[in-house]
Amino acid sequence: MWTYIVKRVLATLPVMAIVGIFVFSLLYLAPGDPAAVIAGDQALPEDIARIRENLGLDRPFLVQFADWSGHILRGDLGTSIFTGKPVTELIAQRIGPTLSLALVTLVMAILVAVPLGVLAAAKVSTWVDRTVMGLAVLGFSVPLFVVGYVLAYVFSLQLHWLPVQGYVSLDQGLWPWLSRLLLPAATLGSVYVALIARITRSAVVEVQQQDYIRTARAKGLDHRAILFLHALKNAGIPIVTIIGIGVGALISGTVIAESVFAIPGLGRLTIDAIMRRDYPIIQGLVLVFSFSYVIVNLLVDLTYVVFDPRIRL
Amino acid sequence: MKRRMFNQASAAALAAALSPSIVTAATKAQVLKFVPQADLGVLDPIWTTAYITRNHGYLVYDTLYGLDDQYRVVPQMVQGHVVEKDGLVWKLTLRPGLVFHDNTPVRAVDVVASIKRWGKRDAFGKELLAQTDELSAPSDSVVQFRLKKPFPQLPAALGKLTSTMPCIMPERLARTDPSTQVTEIVGSGPYRLLAKERIEGSLVVYEKFAGYKPSTGPAVGRTGGPKIATLDRIEWHTMPDPATAAAALQAGEVDWVEQPLADLLPLLKEQKGIKIDLNDPSGSIGSLRLNHLTAPFNNPAIRRILLGVINQADFMSAVVGNNPGMSRTGVGVFTPGTPMASTAGMSVLTGPGDMAKAKAALKAAGYNGEPVVILAASDAANMRSMSDVAADTMKRLGMNVDYQSLDWGMVQKRRTSRASIKEGGWSCLCTSIAGIEALDPSSHQNSRGQGLNGQYGWPDSPKLEQYRADWLAAPTLAAQKAACDNIQKQVFEDVPYIPLGQFFQPVAYGPRIASVPQGFPQFYNVKMAG
Repeated sequence: MWTYIVKRVLATLPVMAIVGIFVFSLLYLAPGDPAAVIAGDQALPEDIARIRENLGLDRPFLVQFADWSGHILRGDLGTSIFTGKPVTELIAQRIGPTLSLALVTLVMAILVAVPLGVLAAAKVSTWVDRTVMGLAVLGFSVPLFVVGYVLAYVFSLQLHWLPVQGYVSLDQGLWPWLSRLLLPAATLGSVYVALIARITRSAVVEVQQQDYIRTARAKGLDHRAILFLHALKNAGIPIVTIIGIGVGALISGTVIAESVFAIPGLGRLTIDAIMRRDYPIIQGLVLVFSFSYVIVNLLVDLTYVVFDPRIRL
Repeated sequence: MKRRMFNQASAAALAAALSPSIVTAATKAQVLKFVPQADLGVLDPIWTTAYITRNHGYLVYDTLYGLDDQYRVVPQMVQGHVVEKDGLVWKLTLRPGLVFHDNTPVRAVDVVASIKRWGKRDAFGKELLAQTDELSAPSDSVVQFRLKKPFPQLPAALGKLTSTMPCIMPERLARTDPSTQVTEIVGSGPYRLLAKERIEGSLVVYEKFAGYKPSTGPAVGRTGGPKIATLDRIEWHTMPDPATAAAALQAGEVDWVEQPLADLLPLLKEQKGIKIDLNDPSGSIGSLRLNHLTAPFNNPAIRRILLGVINQADFMSAVVGNNPGMSRTGVGVFTPGTPMASTAGMSVLTGPGDMAKAKAALKAAGYNGEPVVILAASDAANMRSMSDVAADTMKRLGMNVDYQSLDWGMVQKRRTSRASIKEGGWSCLCTSIAGIEALDPSSHQNSRGQGLNGQYGWPDSPKLEQYRADWLAAPTLAAQKAACDNIQKQVFEDVPYIPLGQFFQPVAYGPRIASVPQGFPQFYNVKMAG
């Protein structure tokens, strides 16, 4: 298994190199000039030109790319054009809130969605099934920012149960940390609950039509035992797959929740960097997001073995 | 052993909890939570002209002079100056006891290095240094300018409110090339930056600088007079979503929102304890910047025809909506209500524009349907609204409008292009400047006529430059006003830009704040309630 893991991790390197080249080229060609943003509205062309020169932005594409690649190979993601700080330091500062938000969202989504999906499958074609699937459609349809505003209005401004915005780290206490993540996690979770519930239902319904389930029923096994011990375990692969895809999407897709609830995570760092044309941060973030997708996919592959012992790595 | 340690710790905790002095100290600490208009991305106010960095600059740095409520120059870091040899030598004496945040004294050599760095970036500073033969520090407390010719506006230059602010920093930092960012922030202002607590894009924290010595005398307002640090700690919380900022204010999680969204004002006004105030009477001035290098606005007759049909009321209602008192029309080149505001030649802006006559005049002026490319910043509400009205006005005039909706970063890049329209150039764009940028010609980039050496749009007007030089050399207020009358009339003749009206940005305060100084957000002399 270790050989498999090492091979998979090494296989990510060419993928990340291609992503890096693509992103670097795209940013180089994209309109926008960080020097103009830095210099501000009142600056003269000579001021902008001098800042460009000092930042090395006036160098040819290939020189800039070679310089960037050299730094990447040494594990250095570069320095922010605006703040002058190392990109790794900025990412390290922001990854905690994003991972916290992703973790709480995922736990909430799994705890709610899997039972709901199983329930809908157990009561297939009944009002329970239709209600659960109706809620899932609602979860997909309502924009995240609307969900966020409604939750903040109800739970913060009306009931005063939870703070409107902000983030504190876990070392300041479990409740202060959790209380600031519940609303954004519920906002993000609205989509993931819908997604995971639908996949769980479909997978369980499909498994229930298999011969071995019919056999188990004929043997007189308890309905719940069939559902949870046999059907759910065998429906695990699609469920784990969708959760894995969800984790990757969560890490790079928390922009809206982080903006609405003013959480200083990677999503907001990405948006700020794009607006300012802070190229080293954008490039560093894309590499981090790509790597996180690859790692999550690897973990999903490893998890398949648990659900289906016939799979060999 | 463990039990003993537990008992000791418990006793200490209990004593701390019951100690009145500790409790009092904790409750007395004044913490203010502020939501700025944007993230403070850059800390060096010389490196960028961004307003947010200027605001931060006035917290941590001090200036030699300041401006009072009437926009008059008053001493700030200097205790006075003497002018000798018919205005050719200025000796500025620093107040005793000034120290930087690293507890080193402020010396004249620090001031000299700071002025030289600032003067390489700022337009007013460049003019001052161009007239300076020698800038020196004869002693630790005296800064001396030896000038080529009299420069009566010297204190105004060193006390200007606008970006780039003439901040004073230690010599070792002020020696940094002005095109390279200073990241170590050491000022001598009333607050110091807590760099370790900063989270880029989210949080900036300042604390009261115990070593700050305010100037003496009566409070005169703005950046002049005694700056009293009434707050122990100031936190800037960046919130990209204005609805979240408003909700945080309602929930009492923040105290002050710099730019609440206009759509949310009615909601905030209904909330008990929340005050909405137009804190800065100088507001912002909308402007339509025209590109003088490309057709059709390379034709002065066409620029003047457009000037004649601009209706400032249309632009301002698009910006502020149905909020009476939040905008003003009949706005010329200089900020209304300030000393240099002028009525000269205003009839071209306030007179009834006749669209039918203007259409005919446009054809007579040689307009042949050339495309008019408007660069519209779609992510900046005010600029987008003004761009919409500009496009509509030009279409009604019979122009072939090509409205290009871009993000602000792209507009900033595109507007530096001097290419023809066919090669990706542009014709005009709407933007705004702070009212204090338009107080007088010193920092009013829109009224310059430097041609290719100037700002985007590149209007070439030797007369505008001459009138500006007249203002700089004017020995009296009357002479300054006469020069500004001439500038305004010439702007309406050459049309480097078109003023679109003045609008005011409300601020919102929570119940913990009693009052703050007028103008852009300044955090000294803030009074908390109770």
